[in-house]
Amino acid sequence: MRSVIWQLLQREWQLSWRRPGDVLNPLVFFAMVITLFPLAVGPEPQMLQRMASGVIWVAALLATLLSLDGLFRSDFEDGSLEQWVLSPHPLTLLVLVKVLHHWLMCGVLLVLLTPLLGTMLALPWSVIPVLCVTLLLGTAVLSLLGAIGAALTVGLKGGGSMLLALLILPLYIPVLILGTGTMDAALQGLPVQGYLLWMSCLAVLALSLSPLAIAAGLRIGVSE
Amino acid sequence: MSWTFFHKLGSPKWFYEISSKLLPWVAVFSLLMLAVGLVWGLVFAPEDYQQGNSFRIIYIHVPAAILAQSCYMMLAVAGVVGLVWRMKLADVALQCAAPIGAWMTLVALFTGSIWGKPTWGTYWEWDARLTSMLILLFLYFGIMALRMAISNRDTAAKATAVMAIVGVINIPIIKYSVDWWNTLHQPATFTITEKPAMPPEMWMPLLVMVLAFYGLFTLNLLMRMRLEVLRREHKTRWARAALESNT
Repeated sequence: MRSVIWQLLQREWQLSWRRPGDVLNPLVFFAMVITLFPLAVGPEPQMLQRMASGVIWVAALLATLLSLDGLFRSDFEDGSLEQWVLSPHPLTLLVLVKVLHHWLMCGVLLVLLTPLLGTMLALPWSVIPVLCVTLLLGTAVLSLLGAIGAALTVGLKGGGSMLLALLILPLYIPVLILGTGTMDAALQGLPVQGYLLWMSCLAVLALSLSPLAIAAGLRIGVSE
Repeated sequence: MSWTFFHKLGSPKWFYEISSKLLPWVAVFSLLMLAVGLVWGLVFAPEDYQQGNSFRIIYIHVPAAILAQSCYMMLAVAGVVGLVWRMKLADVALQCAAPIGAWMTLVALFTGSIWGKPTWGTYWEWDARLTSMLILLFLYFGIMALRMAISNRDTAAKATAVMAIVGVINIPIIKYSVDWWNTLHQPATFTITEKPAMPPEMWMPLLVMVLAFYGLFTLNLLMRMRLEVLRREHKTRWARAALESNT
């Protein structure tokens, strides 16, 4: 079992190295969306600071969403998804590894980019660590929930990215509210521990329940 | 214990027969309740001491809002039944209830907005309950869009069932948003466990209206489901007989 997880991670890792564009595109998108905001609303530091956490969160959410559309597609097209469904190993575990890899390649890299973009949006250094921790927890939830939508739309011809957004964005809203709420509290110097615990609670809930829904969605997509 | 009776409930033919017997009763009940509730609520109920006559919109708003949420719960239950027991009828119910739920959510949002202007001085406020109702509308749209995007009927049925079950996590957020966040929207008008804060002359017609809305929902759902069942089973002998006896 352990070797299966390890091999799967290695395979995913190699695949993403062979196509570095797939990893870089969400990051560039993230940075570009954030760049658009100071251009659109004006460069006053006070206003930018006021908007920064919301802008970063929405950009992270959209970047995750865009990168999720292709999560299962190539595996679906070359038939490896069918092998997963037929394999003796639990499908929930396999998809969890897949989503974990997506989170490492998308969410964690976004978080690494955040201190730079946060300071460009005039966020004080004291709140950057809080932002990174909430984003780290939040992007895990985003990857897990989004993978449900990606699994449900995998069999659609012509790409279901618009449908994916329609299905998944309503589910993202609790994460968005909690994430920006944490930042508001941190900017006002209030304790953020409660918020962080709620975020962890969401992350644990998504980690334990969404693999079931992802596996169910993939079984439906493959059976077609 | 025998479970066969349970599977009989899933047979389209059985549903078609039993619903044709139920339909007149549901129609009479809901129209009667609607007439009583509307006249009682809009004409005889006393004016509110603060809001005057504008409060009367709750006789439409509250039943629609309650129904919008319970309809989503019904979608999720139908989703579970469809996935676990593989009943075709559960999928018919899911498919037919989703547009009704979306309409109810729209009605609740629209009437709330009309009421909000004279009372809160604004048509729309980014308040917890209002925003979460809007999200509920998007959830309904998502389920309907997923159904339309997948051409294979069995696949569409399973996928929408999974989506309905996943989306149900938002229902407690909508339900308790008013209690958790202190925002503009007042707490729930009705709770089963507590005595309502309104005088009986005001909440009795509201109760009648809620029952009327549930009746109308059942009526609408049964009629839509009968049509959909006929559409799906049009090749079977009983469906042909039913179609011919009607024309």
